[in-house]
Amino acid sequence: MTGLVSLPALLAAVMLVSLTAYVLSGGADYGGGVWDLLASGPRRDRQRDLIAHAIGPIWEANHVWLILVVVLLFTCFPAAFSTLAVVLHVPLSLMLIGIVLRGSAFTFRTYGGDESAAQRRWGRTFAIASVVTPILLGICIGAVASERPGHAALRIAAAERGASFGALYIAPWLTPFSVAVGVLALALFAFLAATYLTVEAPDDELREDFRRRALATALLVFVAAFGVLLIAHLGAGPPRVAAQLTSRWWALPVHVLTGIAALGAIWALYTRRWRLARVAAALQVTLILWGWALAQYPYLVPPHLSIGAAAAPRRTLVLTLWALAIGAVALLPSLVYLLGVFRGRAGAAGRG
Amino acid sequence: MIGDVLAARSQMAMSLAFHILFAVVGIGMPVLMVIAEVRWRRTGDALHLELAKRWAKGTAILFAVGAVSGTVLSFELGLLWPGFMHFAGAIIGMPFSLEGFAFFTEAIFLGVYLYGWDRIPPRAHIGAGVLVALSGAASAIFVVIANAWMNSPAGFRMVNGRPVDIDPVAAMVTPAAFPETLHMVIAAYAATGFVVAGIHAFLLLRDPGNAFHRRALAVALLVGAPAAIVQPISGDISARYVARWQPAKLAAMEGQFRTERGAPLRLGGIPDVNARETRHAIEIPYGLSLLAFHDPRAEVRGLDAVPRENWPPVAIVHVAFQVMVALGTYMALVSLWAAVTALRKRRVAANRALLAAIAIAGPMGFIAIEAGWTVTEVGRQPWIIYGVLRTADAVTPMPGLVVPFITFTLLYCFLGVIVVWLLYEHVHRSPRIFEIEARAGLVSGTPP
Ligand code: HDD
Ligand code: HEM
Ligand code: HEM
Repeated sequence: MTGLVSLPALLAAVMLVSLTAYVLSGGADYGGGVWDLLASGPRRDRQRDLIAHAIGPIWEANHVWLILVVVLLFTCFPAAFSTLAVVLHVPLSLMLIGIVLRGSAFTFRTYGGDESAAQRRWGRTFAIASVVTPILLGICIGAVASERPGHAALRIAAAERGASFGALYIAPWLTPFSVAVGVLALALFAFLAATYLTVEAPDDELREDFRRRALATALLVFVAAFGVLLIAHLGAGPPRVAAQLTSRWWALPVHVLTGIAALGAIWALYTRRWRLARVAAALQVTLILWGWALAQYPYLVPPHLSIGAAAAPRRTLVLTLWALAIGAVALLPSLVYLLGVFRGRAGAAGRG
Repeated sequence: MIGDVLAARSQMAMSLAFHILFAVVGIGMPVLMVIAEVRWRRTGDALHLELAKRWAKGTAILFAVGAVSGTVLSFELGLLWPGFMHFAGAIIGMPFSLEGFAFFTEAIFLGVYLYGWDRIPPRAHIGAGVLVALSGAASAIFVVIANAWMNSPAGFRMVNGRPVDIDPVAAMVTPAAFPETLHMVIAAYAATGFVVAGIHAFLLLRDPGNAFHRRALAVALLVGAPAAIVQPISGDISARYVARWQPAKLAAMEGQFRTERGAPLRLGGIPDVNARETRHAIEIPYGLSLLAFHDPRAEVRGLDAVPRENWPPVAIVHVAFQVMVALGTYMALVSLWAAVTALRKRRVAANRALLAAIAIAGPMGFIAIEAGWTVTEVGRQPWIIYGVLRTADAVTPMPGLVVPFITFTLLYCFLGVIVVWLLYEHVHRSPRIFEIEARAGLVSGTPP
């Protein structure tokens, strides 16, 4: 093993990038759903319109990042995929229900005729699913970090007698720590969405609405992050991840950079530098994700499945890497083209 | 209560049966929409423009449901079959990754298409439509390649119950890959073409001469009829593949219990597994040997050549196969009728008997697709990877699988009802708006 440059580690890094892309784009779409649910005040309907427009044409494209993570996981790390799928069956299934309801409700609302009662009902479904799904996503990530699914998987593999359903399939993820991570994920997504929406907003009134929301959620993010750390240090959290996050050489720089990004985002919002705020918010979320990944490295499913141990044979990894490279060359220009077409349309409708 | 393995199988089957409906539309509809747009650009006939726009919108609704149900499937592969994915992930992950790219392309260009109507040049817009159609077909080809590997596994060696020497490329070019992908893609065009043709034929019966429906019918038949005509030929290729590589499946499809030379083709009939015979079938002498091996005296292996514990559920496979072939034959005959009518320069839309026949064929393609997949999947049992891994050994150890099965079934029933209702609205609104616009002289294509 030559550390970071080994082939499996490279593919794990691609998975992390893909997860980051999902959180930054799809996560903001979830956040949009949260603000749809919480839309209020005199500009309520205009807030909702703005959110729908911002999610608009690229919803499917954003969603594909999650699929990429899943497909890479089962192609390159089949052992990790099957382990997680067994232990996290319940929260993953609940998350899927959220994804299904959210995705279809959004489309039904957009394309489903003009009857406003039905529109409102789809809007509700969309918004509620947007709140629940990120929490479940966060719970799954928090659970993996906490090592409990790993331990449960070992017990299941040993066909341990007498272990209850709850002990093997519920307790590993339904912990204060995982739930705190779930809440943190929701807060982060809502924060991202509000910050992005200040850039997308067509006029100052709407922009101020979302500025206030962004600032409020920025505080919420701090509270949630503090809660996560507190639980971790009270000993109810992830032993390894928590230790790494305090003891390794990179820990301090990562904490400091995350802090700078977070404060930078707040400062930019406060002083109405919208684009800067967007960049800082994205950076902050990215650093949080990468900090988690670094702390868990080299484990995919701690305590037992490392990147190397779970990896598929070399041939599969090499071919996947090629497919990724070719796919990226073909798809990135197309995506830029789509965004160009959409921006053009939005511009024509008076947005910029 | 049903057992865990059965619950998992039912959940998988239900999810796939649901997803495939939307996937098929995602493959077929873009072709219709591009043809309508090209016709509009050529002739300036506004009705074709309206068709292209409506179809694009319908595709967008269905696309979203296809995407979420596909997402569910990629998780379910692990949630229900972790043993299978642990074994096979490294071998068949490749086609799934490629499918992801195909889907990404489809999603991007569907966005360009929907939002680009008056933003990009005509050629670019049609080009975007063509890319949506191509990547839809590519999606189907890649997943079906994965399924073909389950039917004819290759690209690895077994050592101590684990696969070694994995070659993902060899796993993509298995004996089943060509027949299955060909048959599936054609099925998608036949099914979409006929469901659209069926709807508009039905509406034409109630409102003869409606120009909007006439044009829709013409475009839909242009896609559906040729596909339905060649489908039996590609079905024959599939059947010969099955005969050679999966004799147990063929025997179940045909209700063939005894190994014999010059085996007859059985139409209909009910296999009786205990008595080991198929009753009440019409038998065509030498038919099966002829069809399956192109030799009337060829030996067809019956279920007696297969250990009892390796039999698939014979009755289900046999009946599903009969249903597919019957529907396929009907669709091919109706297509020929329509083709002859058109070639003789008669109006398809003026022939009420033909319109009725097309309307009846509307749902048949989709039913045939469900039946065909039942043949393929149930016929592979008890194996999840043919001859290599048993379905029962691949299932998740988590107990209580009925609960997710029932939950997802209810969820999909709910979604299904909504989608049908939305599409009903979508179709129903169309002619009225049209009549108004046509009367106001806003469109050029009013009926003569
Ligand atoms: C429009 C739909 C449609 C129609 C009209 C037909 N089929 Fe089909 N058939 C399918 C749609 C389909 C399918 C759902 O797409 C399947 C499932 C797996 C596959 O590759 O295609 C299939 C599978 C399938 C198989 C099993 C392949 C395997 O297990 O690998 C055979 C032998 C046939 N078909 C044969 C036929 C014949 C002889 C037909 C004559 C009319 C026919 N099909 C019409
Ligand atoms: C092309 C991609 C497909 C893949 C990779 C795939 C994979 C699977 C898997 C893993 C199972 C569970 C194990 C088993 O019971 O053998 C299964 C079962 C099943 N699938 Fe498929 N499938 C595909 C397409 C379809 C489609 C489109 C249908 C549509 C109806 C379908 C119908 C079924 C049925 C009926 C079963 C249950 C079989 C039984 O338990 O007897 N499959 N499939
Ligand atoms: C086990 C089997 C299957 C899995 C895991 C699967 C997975 C998926 C996923 C994840 C998507 C969403 C696209 C994405 O985000 O990447 C999707 C869409 C799609 N799938 Fe499947 N699929 C399966 C079976 C099939 C089959 C049997 C077909 C067709 C023959 C098919 C054709 C399509 C198409 C055309 C789309 C594009 C979306 C649309 O147009 O509705 N899939 N599938």
